[in-house]
Amino acid sequence: MAILIDASTRVICQGITGAFGALHTRGCLQYAPTIVGGVTPGKGGQKDENGLPIFNTVAEAVRATDANATMIFVPPPFSADAILEAAGAEIQLICCITEGVPVADMVKARAVLDEMNLRRTEQDRIRLVGPNCPGVITPGPKTGAGESATDPYTKQGCKIGIMPGYIHTHVSEAPTGKAVGIVSRSGTLTYEAVWQTSNLGLGQSTCVGIGGDPVRGMGFIDCLELFEQDSDTAGVLMIGEIGGTDEEDAAAWAKKHMSKPLAAFIAGRTAPPGKRMGHAGAIISGGQGGADDKIKALRAAGFSIAETPADMGAAMARAMGVEVVAQV
Amino acid sequence: MKIHEYQGRELLDAAGVPVPAGAMIESVEAAEEAYKRITREAGTSLAVVKAQVHAGGRGKAGFVKLVRSAAEAAEAARFMLSNRMVSAQTGAEGLEVRKLLIAAGVDIEKEFYLAITTDRATRRNVLIASAEGGVEIEQVAHANPDAIVKTPIHPLIGLQPYQAREVAFKLGFTGKQVGQAANIMLALSKLYAEKDCSLAEINPLVLTPAREGFVDGQVLAIDAKFNFDDNALFRHRDIAAMFDPAEENPQELRAAKFDLNYIAMEGNIGCLVNGAGLAMSTMDIIKHEGGEPANFLDVGGSATEEAVTEGFRIILADENVKGVLVNIFGGIMRCDIIAQAIANAAKEVGFSVPLVVRLEGTNVQAGRKILEDAQGELTTMQPASDLGDAAKKVCAAVA
Repeated sequence: MAILIDASTRVICQGITGAFGALHTRGCLQYAPTIVGGVTPGKGGQKDENGLPIFNTVAEAVRATDANATMIFVPPPFSADAILEAAGAEIQLICCITEGVPVADMVKARAVLDEMNLRRTEQDRIRLVGPNCPGVITPGPKTGAGESATDPYTKQGCKIGIMPGYIHTHVSEAPTGKAVGIVSRSGTLTYEAVWQTSNLGLGQSTCVGIGGDPVRGMGFIDCLELFEQDSDTAGVLMIGEIGGTDEEDAAAWAKKHMSKPLAAFIAGRTAPPGKRMGHAGAIISGGQGGADDKIKALRAAGFSIAETPADMGAAMARAMGVEVVAQV
Repeated sequence: MKIHEYQGRELLDAAGVPVPAGAMIESVEAAEEAYKRITREAGTSLAVVKAQVHAGGRGKAGFVKLVRSAAEAAEAARFMLSNRMVSAQTGAEGLEVRKLLIAAGVDIEKEFYLAITTDRATRRNVLIASAEGGVEIEQVAHANPDAIVKTPIHPLIGLQPYQAREVAFKLGFTGKQVGQAANIMLALSKLYAEKDCSLAEINPLVLTPAREGFVDGQVLAIDAKFNFDDNALFRHRDIAAMFDPAEENPQELRAAKFDLNYIAMEGNIGCLVNGAGLAMSTMDIIKHEGGEPANFLDVGGSATEEAVTEGFRIILADENVKGVLVNIFGGIMRCDIIAQAIANAAKEVGFSVPLVVRLEGTNVQAGRKILEDAQGELTTMQPASDLGDAAKKVCAAVA
């Protein structure tokens, strides 16, 4: 099952001929064979280094490949346009990896997406992940070396984005026999969490990097809701950071709607107010967005709290009451 | 990006928002001359001299002064240009003041607060207004939340005139004041959208007593504070040109040239990390283990070997640094690039302080190999098996 993506997902890359687009298309193909093509306006009809077809528009790519997901690597000034082009072509899962998209562009793009979704059912809705995020991965069992597109790491998973694939563990390979869902505002901190859970004998159902920008697509609550419904997900690890009130909102929602074991970590406990900590969204301002309030709300909602970033996997295991199997 | 008040006033003026006559000056002589010109134009003897720095708390620090003569203006300017400003926001060492704003004084009947910012919860820009102006809006929000009027701005059509009028009436404006206040709100909203602001604040917005030409008084912007979305500066050359490097930490500026995200802190453990979330949590775990981070440094995903080497140069140039922690979980960033940068920095600057390195992720084997080969020059290096181990080791090394 997993959430959002699996081996049947058909992914295109917008910006496939750019340096990053090309690099990560290759990286995704080395993990799982789910990339079916790409888009670069003006290069339609050509093939990329992996032999994938390139199209001028997303609509053309969808007609030719039946793509239902996209990963966007186009530069920041054109990212919102790329998101709306994908939505216009009925792509249901849009992952915008690009960092540095103007907030005003995202305010407009979100408004248009929200309006499109008003006319859609829950099943058909268009989902945006990001921008400024690592993407989404549903791990599969290891079936190959993962060194090349012809010998991918797995034939049963799907990777959309820039995360290192090999640190993830499919439930069938997890000594505890359990997999968790991971949702995070940060990229590399997510890899850290994945690594720790893998080393403790837990697998991952799906990992979603929702991104570090103040205005973005899917949030914590959207992901928690999907994980709650997913039979492969035995618990959820949520990684937040300072800035905004998304973690507090997620805590309040989870208290009412989540039955699965929950764990959380909040980055930036020691960050000074008024300083933007890398992510555009990570800033304590006007007395809001501090880590302590978030941790308090999450604890009250039943989340097991990781006291340090080295404790994320263990906090998840504690919440699930599983006997951990150290693999280091 | 932040700009100075005098630059914010220029933006407001160009957008049609009335501001009292004023000028930016950088010397005592210019203060006298500006005082004479401005007070003559405004028909008053009262003027205000204000230090132009990005930090707040100017009033309490004595860096906002009312003056009634050219001599007083010169004296205020002399004081501000020759003393460092120390406020709650500047730290004990204070800030050098290089620029002053001198503006005509106005009689004030009442003060208001007006601002626009992006509300992340509703994903919309929001107009925030209050009849309790002149003070910190956070204090008003805390003590009397009902005194704040919030109006969502439509993302595609912007603030509408009826909304601005509604706010003006709620703030208690009457007669001809309503149209004046509404026009200021509409102009501010237009400016916010056109210039990709992240904050546009007028505090205080004032109402003057009735006088000739203004039977119901005049609504004026006295102070202006603007922040801009750094991600959108590529389409605003005029705003980007307002950047004042003198207001920034020199090390942070140096790092920014290499697309490194560096923030100086007070401690003694230098950190080099990839990813903002991981960099923040690396600082957290250092504190948890009883240490104090000397900096936040996110090298990002696409930094070159040269940029990462520069990161080490910046860290090692900080005299407070007694130990360095490298924490890399390679995704886009490759461990071999980091390892090569460590080797470069060892050759060029040398790690005389303890260095703890934790590498994981993309190309980790190649990275470890590079470090092994450079061991002769990395005599203070200790490898760490994981993040917890790394934090313990570096804290023990500087203790």
